[in-house]
Amino acid sequence: MKRIFNFLLPVFLLFGCSPKPSGPQTLTVMTHDSFAVTDTVVQAFEQANNVKVTFIKSGDAGAMLNKAILSKDSPLADVLYGVDNTFLSRALSSGIYQPYNSPALKNIPAEFQLDASQRALPVDFSDVCITYDKAYFAAHNLTVPQSLEDLTNSQYKGLLVTENPATSSPGLAFLLATVKHFGESDYIGYWKDLRKNGVAVVDGWETAYYTNFSGSTGKGQQPMVVSYGTDPAAEVMDATTPLSDSPVASILSPDTCFREIEFVGILKGTSHITLAEKFVDFMLGDKFQADMPGQMFVYPVLPNITLPEAFVKYATSAPQPAVLSPDLIAAKRDAWIQAWSDAVLK
Amino acid sequence: MLWFLPLSFLAVFFFYPFFRILGYSFSSISFINSNLQLAFHVLVFTFYQAILSTLFTLLIGLPAAYLFARFDFRGKTLLRALTLVPFMLPTVVVAAGFNALLGPRGWVNLGLMRTLGLSSPPIQFVGTLGAILIAHVFYNTTIVIRIVGNALARLDPKLNQAAHSLGADSRRVWWNVSLPLLLPSLLAASLLVFLFDFSSFGVILLLGGPSFATLEVEIYIQALELLNLPLAALLAFIQLLCTLAFAILYTRFSNRSTVQSAQRAEQSNLRKPKAMLEKTFVAGMLILLISFFIFPMLALPLRSVSRLDADRGQYGSVQVGLTIDYYKELFINRNSSIFYVPPVQAAANSLGYAGATVLLSLLLGFPAASALAKPGRLERILDPILIIPLGASAVTLGLGFILAFGHWLAYPWLVPLAHTLVALPFVIRTLQPALASIPDRLRQAAASLGASPFRVWQTVDWPILQRATLTAATFAFTISLGEFGATVLLSRPDYPTIPIAIYRFLSQPGGLNYGQAMAMATLLMVLTTAGILLIEKLRLPGAGEF
Amino acid sequence: MLEIRDVYKTYDGQPLLRGISLRLNANETICLLGASGSGKSTLLRMIAGLELPDSGQIMWEGLDLASTPTHLRDFGLVFQDYALFPHLDVFDNVAFGLKMKSWAYGEIEKRVNEVLNLVGMNNFISRKVTDLSGGEQQRVALARALAPRPRMLMFDEPLGALDRALREDLLNQLRGILHQTHIPAIYVTHDQEEAFTIADRVLMLHSGRIVREGKPTEVWTNPGSAWAAEFLGLGNAIEGDCKSRNEKSKMWNIKTAFGNFDVNCEHKHNVGDKVRLLVRPALAEEGSVIRGRVTDVVFQQDRFKVTLENKLFVYLQSAPKIGQIIKGKVAVKCLG
Repeated sequence: MKRIFNFLLPVFLLFGCSPKPSGPQTLTVMTHDSFAVTDTVVQAFEQANNVKVTFIKSGDAGAMLNKAILSKDSPLADVLYGVDNTFLSRALSSGIYQPYNSPALKNIPAEFQLDASQRALPVDFSDVCITYDKAYFAAHNLTVPQSLEDLTNSQYKGLLVTENPATSSPGLAFLLATVKHFGESDYIGYWKDLRKNGVAVVDGWETAYYTNFSGSTGKGQQPMVVSYGTDPAAEVMDATTPLSDSPVASILSPDTCFREIEFVGILKGTSHITLAEKFVDFMLGDKFQADMPGQMFVYPVLPNITLPEAFVKYATSAPQPAVLSPDLIAAKRDAWIQAWSDAVLK
Repeated sequence: MLWFLPLSFLAVFFFYPFFRILGYSFSSISFINSNLQLAFHVLVFTFYQAILSTLFTLLIGLPAAYLFARFDFRGKTLLRALTLVPFMLPTVVVAAGFNALLGPRGWVNLGLMRTLGLSSPPIQFVGTLGAILIAHVFYNTTIVIRIVGNALARLDPKLNQAAHSLGADSRRVWWNVSLPLLLPSLLAASLLVFLFDFSSFGVILLLGGPSFATLEVEIYIQALELLNLPLAALLAFIQLLCTLAFAILYTRFSNRSTVQSAQRAEQSNLRKPKAMLEKTFVAGMLILLISFFIFPMLALPLRSVSRLDADRGQYGSVQVGLTIDYYKELFINRNSSIFYVPPVQAAANSLGYAGATVLLSLLLGFPAASALAKPGRLERILDPILIIPLGASAVTLGLGFILAFGHWLAYPWLVPLAHTLVALPFVIRTLQPALASIPDRLRQAAASLGASPFRVWQTVDWPILQRATLTAATFAFTISLGEFGATVLLSRPDYPTIPIAIYRFLSQPGGLNYGQAMAMATLLMVLTTAGILLIEKLRLPGAGEF
Repeated sequence: MLEIRDVYKTYDGQPLLRGISLRLNANETICLLGASGSGKSTLLRMIAGLELPDSGQIMWEGLDLASTPTHLRDFGLVFQDYALFPHLDVFDNVAFGLKMKSWAYGEIEKRVNEVLNLVGMNNFISRKVTDLSGGEQQRVALARALAPRPRMLMFDEPLGALDRALREDLLNQLRGILHQTHIPAIYVTHDQEEAFTIADRVLMLHSGRIVREGKPTEVWTNPGSAWAAEFLGLGNAIEGDCKSRNEKSKMWNIKTAFGNFDVNCEHKHNVGDKVRLLVRPALAEEGSVIRGRVTDVVFQQDRFKVTLENKLFVYLQSAPKIGQIIKGKVAVKCLG
C-alpha cells in the first residue's frame, strides 16, 4: 500500500507543471480586474503575430502589483499592465520590470512619461473625481459641493463613499488629492472631519460604485462616490435602454480631482521578450488606444485619437487636477496610508 | 524509523518557513516604534474579540451541553450532528450564509424593507463587531457541547447522591461536587474556543470589513496589500507564540478532564423531560439551536436560487423570483473567453488540490499515527510537535511559505502542501486511536496460524483501519476544499479554488455576481456537509474527541 | 424507628414494588435479600429520599419523610462502587458531611481521625482516593458515611466489587463496627452469606413483595416458599400430591416423582392438593428414604455436590462414582 503512495506522490507534486503546447506561443498578460478590450482587436494582434494572448485578472491594482512583486523570482506573466502613478514607485523599486525603449514612445506627450528609464510605459490616463447622482441632489434640493471643504458640511452627512487607499487606486488618488490640497500637516484633520461626517469606506471601487452608489444599478445609500471623471460617459454608453442625458455628473473643482496615469511594463525573467515588446507596441498603437475609451473609460495617451461621442458630450477631463510629484508619493505614500488608516478605520 | 517521513515533512514545510518568519521579524526594520505600536493595538483587539466571542459561545454552549447530556428527545442525534457542521464549514460559506441572511441584501433586511416600506436596509450587520461575534458563536458552540457535554454525561450520578445523603442541598452539590469535576473540561473547551477565535481569519475579513483587524487579518494586509513583509513576519511571530502558549495550556487541561468518569453513567443520566420547567427548557433550547444553526445555512441555498437584485449594469426592472440562472452561470464564460477563468474551473482546481491533499496527508499520517500509537518516550516528544500546526494559523503558514519558497510561488503545488499541513493533525488524531486499538495479540495469533506480514496486515490491521482511513480521508478532503487563509496568500490568480472564487464574487457587486457567489457557496456547503455527516457516521463513538 | 408502610413503585410501566412494609428498630441491622433487579436499590433510594414512591409512606419515628429532602434526612449511604469524590483526598472525602453541617475545623479534624481509626485507614489520610485499592476505598466510603453521626446507615451491595477474601474480611469488620456504633442499618444484597452473617433480621424480597421475614436461623430452617428455598440454595424443591393423611401422626403421605414421603405439614391441606416440598441435600440419620443413580459429581471446596438421575442433588463428603447407586435418608420439609 505504502509503495503505491510513494509512486503517486511525485506524480501529484508535478501536478502544477503543465506541458507546453506546441504550435502558437502563449503570451501572458497580467492585469487588474477592470481591464477590458474588444475581442476582435486582440484577435487581430494574435493572428498577425501567431500568438495566443492569455490575460490573468489579478484583483485590483494594489493586490495585482503585490502578487507580481511576491512572485518576481518566477514571474506569473510576461507583461504587467495596470500599475498607475500612485503605485509606480513601489513597482519600480521592486525591480519587477525590465526596460523597453518602444518606438511608440516618441508619439506620447512628455507629461505622461514619468519613468525616464522606460521600464514603465504610459498607456492611458483618467481623473479620479467625485461622481454624484444628479437625481438625488435634485430630489433633495441639495446644492452640489464645490470643494473638498464642502464635503464636511453636515448637509452632506453620510452621503459620500470612498475606497480604502491601501487597496484601491481611486481611493489612494483621492487621499493624495487631499494631501495636495490641505498639506501634509492638515489633511489628517480633514479626514477626521470627514469621518465625523459619516464617510463610508469600502475596500474596492467596484463595491463603492456598484453597491454603495445610488446613481448606478446598485441603488445604494450614497449619492456621491470617489470614482472616475469618465463616469457620466460610461453610464450613457453602458445603458441597455438609450438615455437622453447622463444620470451622473462629476465634481470638477480645482484640487478635487487627481490625475491617474496607467502604465505597462515587461516583467523581468520573461522568456518571450520579442512577443512582449510587440504587445507593448500594440498597446501604444492606434487600434488599441482607440478601443480603450469605450472599454475601460479612460483617455488614451496618444493625442489625435477620435473619442466616442458620449465622451465628448458628457465627460470632461478635469481642468485643474491635483498633482503631486512621483518622488514625493514614492517617499511618503506608505506613511500617509498608515496615518489615514489610523484616523479613519481604527 | 516510521516517524522520519512526517517529521522531515514538518521540518521542511513547517519549521523552516517558521524560522524564515523569525528571521524576517527580527530584522532591524521591524522593531521600530510604529510597528510595535501597531502590533500592540492589533493584539489587544484580537484578545478582546476572542474573549467576547468565547463568553458568548459559553453562553449558548453550556445550556446546549446540558440539554444534550441530560435529556433524551426526538431528533437528538440529527441535531447533534447538525451543530458539528458549522465547525467544519469553510469560512467563506459561513460568511456567505450570514450575508445571505443578515447582509444588506439578505433575507431579513429585504423582508423588513418590504414590510416596513424602508428604502435602505435597517439592520447593519456586515461590518460590525456583532457579525464577527455571532459567526464565531455559530462556529464554535459545538466544541462546548461536545467537550463539556461529554464530561457532564459521564458524571457519576452516585456522587451527587452521596453528597445529598451527606447533607448537601442541590446548590451545594453543584458547587462542591459537580462543578469541580467539570472544571477541567470547562477550561479545556473555553481554551479551545478561545484559540480558534484568536486565530480566526475568514470571518473577520469577510464579515468584519475594513475596520476590524485581528493579528491574522493584519498579517494578510501587511503581507499582501502593503507589502510590509518584516512587519507581517513580526505579527506572525507574535501570533505563533500566543497560539503555542494556548495550545500547550489546552493539552494540559484536556488530559486532566478525561481522568475521572464512570463509563456506564453516560446512558443512565439521560431522561425524557417531565416537569413543566424541564419541558420549557428543552423546547426553548431546541428552538434557539435550530434557528441559530439552521437558518443561516438555509438562507444560503435559498438565496442562490432567488433573483432579487439587478445585475451589475442592468437598468431594466428585475424579474424577482426563483431561478437557477446563477448555477447555469457558473458554467458560462461570460466576459469572453480570453479573460475569464470560469467558476467550474475553480471547482476542478479545488477537487484536484483536495485529492492531492488526501493522498499526501494519508501518506504522512499513517507513519505518524503508528509512531504515536505506541506510547513511550518518542511519543511524548512527537505528540506536541505534531499538534503544533493545528494551532498555527493558515495565514501564517501562507506567509511562511511565501518567505521560504517564494521562487516557487508560480507552481500551484504549494497550495496542496499547505492544505496537507492544515489537515495533518486531524488525520493523525483520527488514525491514532484506530491504530492503537489493534491488539498485538491479534497479529501474533494470525502470524502463529501461518500468515505472512502482508497477510497479517491485510486480514487484521486493514479491516479495523478501513473505517478510520475513510474518516481521515474525508477530513483531509473537506478541510482542503474549504481552506481559505493559506490559499488566499498562495494561490495563483489563474488557479483559483472554490473559496477564492466565492471571495472574488462576493467582492464584486451586482446581482449576477452575488448570485454566483451564493450558488458556489451552496455547492461547497453541500459537499462539506456530506463529508461531515459521513465522518460522523463512520466515527466510533467515544473515540478521540478533539 | 424507621417504618415503611405499603410502598408501591412502578418502573417503566412495570410494577416493581408492590406493597412493601417493614420496620427497623433501634440498634438493629436488617438485611434486604433478593435477586438483582428486584427493586432493593430502588427501595433504598426511596428511603434516602432520592426517589419518591408512587404510594405509601416512609416514616421516621412516626414522622412522614415525604416532605423532607434528602440532605436533611441524615441517613448515611454506602454504595457498591464507593462513589468517593475523585477530586478530594481521603481527609476531605470523610470531612464532607461535617463541612455540610458547618462544624468547626478542629472538631472536623478530630472526628475524621476518629472515624478513620475505626475503619483502620489512619495512614491514608492525605492520599488521593484514586490511588487506593477497592477495599481501601470502601473503608473510606464507610468512614465518610459514619463521620456525621447519621441516624441510620444504608448499604447498597457494598462488597459486590471486592474479591472473596477481602469480602469476608470487610464483612466481619463491618459487623463489628455496626455493633460498636449502635447505629441502625439496612443492608441490601443478593448474597445470602453476607445477609446471614451481618443481619439481625433478614427480609427476602421477591416479585415486589417481602415474602419471608425473620431471624437468620428462622429463615434458614423455614424458608417458607419454594422460591426462597431455591434462592437460599437450601436444597431441592419438588412438587407432590397429597395422597392421604395419617390421623394418628398427623403426617401427610405425599406422592412425588421421587418417591412417596411422609411429611409433617403445618399448612392445611386436602387430599389431592398440590404441595411443594423441600428435600434437604444432606444425608441424615432420620428422614425419608431416597435412592438414585449418580449422574454428576462436582467438587465444591469442602464437599461434593452429587446429582442423581432424578435431578435431586445431595452433598457428600466423598465422591461416588458416576453410575453408582446412592441410597440414604434425607429430611423432607413441607413448604406449602
